[in-house]
Amino acid sequence: MSLFNHSIKELEEKLQKKEINATDLVDTAFARIHDVEEDVKAFITLDEENARNYAKQLDAATDKTEKLFGIPGGIKDNIVTKGLRTTCASQFLRNFNDPLYDATVVQKLNNEKMITVGKLNMDEFAMGSSTENSSYAKTRNPWNTDFVPGGSSGGSAAAVAAGEVLFSLGSDTGGSIRQPASFCGVVGLKPTYGRVSRFGLVAFASSLDQIGPVTRTVEDNARILEVISGHDKMDATSANIDVPLYTDSLTGDVKGLKIAVPKEYLGEGVNPEVKESILQALKKYESLGATWEEVSLPHSKYAVAAYYLLSSSEASANLARFDGVRYGIRSEKAKDMLEMFKLSRSEGFGDEVKRRIMLGTFALSSGYYDAYYKKAQKVRTLIKQDFDNIFKTYDVVMGPTNPTTAFRIGERIDDPLTMYANDILTIPVNLAGVPGISIPSGFSQEGLPIGLQIIGKHFDEATVYRAAHAFEQATDFHKKQPQLGGAK
Amino acid sequence: MAEISKEQVKHVANLARLAITEEEAEMFTDHLRSIITYAEQLNELDTEGVEPTTHVLDLKNVMRKDEPKEWITQEEALKNAPDKQAAYFRVPSILE
Repeated sequence: MSLFNHSIKELEEKLQKKEINATDLVDTAFARIHDVEEDVKAFITLDEENARNYAKQLDAATDKTEKLFGIPGGIKDNIVTKGLRTTCASQFLRNFNDPLYDATVVQKLNNEKMITVGKLNMDEFAMGSSTENSSYAKTRNPWNTDFVPGGSSGGSAAAVAAGEVLFSLGSDTGGSIRQPASFCGVVGLKPTYGRVSRFGLVAFASSLDQIGPVTRTVEDNARILEVISGHDKMDATSANIDVPLYTDSLTGDVKGLKIAVPKEYLGEGVNPEVKESILQALKKYESLGATWEEVSLPHSKYAVAAYYLLSSSEASANLARFDGVRYGIRSEKAKDMLEMFKLSRSEGFGDEVKRRIMLGTFALSSGYYDAYYKKAQKVRTLIKQDFDNIFKTYDVVMGPTNPTTAFRIGERIDDPLTMYANDILTIPVNLAGVPGISIPSGFSQEGLPIGLQIIGKHFDEATVYRAAHAFEQATDFHKKQPQLGGAK
Repeated sequence: MAEISKEQVKHVANLARLAITEEEAEMFTDHLRSIITYAEQLNELDTEGVEPTTHVLDLKNVMRKDEPKEWITQEEALKNAPDKQAAYFRVPSILE
């Protein structure tokens, strides 16, 4: 049995009792990585030598009380790590070998003595829902390697599901943590907008992006969020609101919890197996003393259209920084300044990134701004109001994370609209800025994981975690593991 | 309803500082046309009098004192540059 079948809390106890040390944990990570990484391809960059040296250093320390002491984790490759290559899965940044600083979340993890194992694969600049838009490799779903792991944080979810790391960080702009967590049968949380500092996260859509944890269990997830949350003077949009001890909210008690289930989340387009799994989950909540009622999020069907206009508009501005001057690649064919911009960007960016930059540039351009960008911002207000109304009466909203289970590699890559529509159940959460988690709620007949999404009020991650944890403790789905590279 | 043309796509690519081939222009025209047509559904909603949301939190301007402090050195700032000379980023000539 792998050490990674233990929770971080259990490993902490083993470390305190000197049953194991940090070197054992790093050995576990790399043994597994060497075993399965060829099939999974979760990482873009591995940092084995530094990780092993750091573990030795930690083992020599006298004080070992930090919250993540010796715990091996992976970081999505759009979060900068000092001195460790950060590519955003883009060829544009293939030579960005020496970032100058750590993102605030990485600093916070380092303060608690986590060990960075490597940088995780993703859709280029986080644009995509399958990790097929990575310019490095196609990450595979550990439950069946013919299927995508989801995206854009596909590497983050696959690495945790495959037992290569104990936890990872992802980023979520329209579902990029929750959807891959759902496809890979792990726990992924998108915090409230402003809960976690975005300083050092390479910006995609600044009004929507949030960093969050991916783990095997709710308890581990809450522990990581405690570490990475909080106000940061380097991110003016991070909220100056106290960070509660999320692990204290894991009481197992959901008696009286009022659950809203939007009819749009179990309607047309939702696969019957997925729907059945969610209905079974709701029954489980009833048996635990919670109640649920059907409600409506009437504007949710407009969320995908509004999201692609807004996120692409913000992206078109954010990605202007990739100019071939200060970092990244520069085209060798460029003869003048304008060519340097154009050719470097064209050689460095993949098609999906170009498509979204152009969509955003169009939506922001003179004559179209009011009709597209501003209209989408107004629709965003309506979507946010839908949630505000529901949260006047209910504690949480529940539904599937995704209308289907994972799809086959190559199945949707040539059809951007179908790929976009896949995010219909996660996008409204980003537009409203509320927190949402995906936890395992069952498996399809094909053996692919199904995810239950739990959405909470602004800054009420505690209730989301409490509800998620109660379900997890009452079920066994999180204990099942993919059969990769033989038995563990 | 806007029907985006290939010429418009080329114009947008230029604004976004992207060089695209004739073939790519055709492909992106197809894609953008279908995405924009899809986005037209937003017009089904009456948004008269609805305030646009730019930001979900009730944040006003966040101010701080403008004080100099140590961040990175000049040498560090140049470290990842594709081309540099002395203390500067080097770029192709701007003037003919």
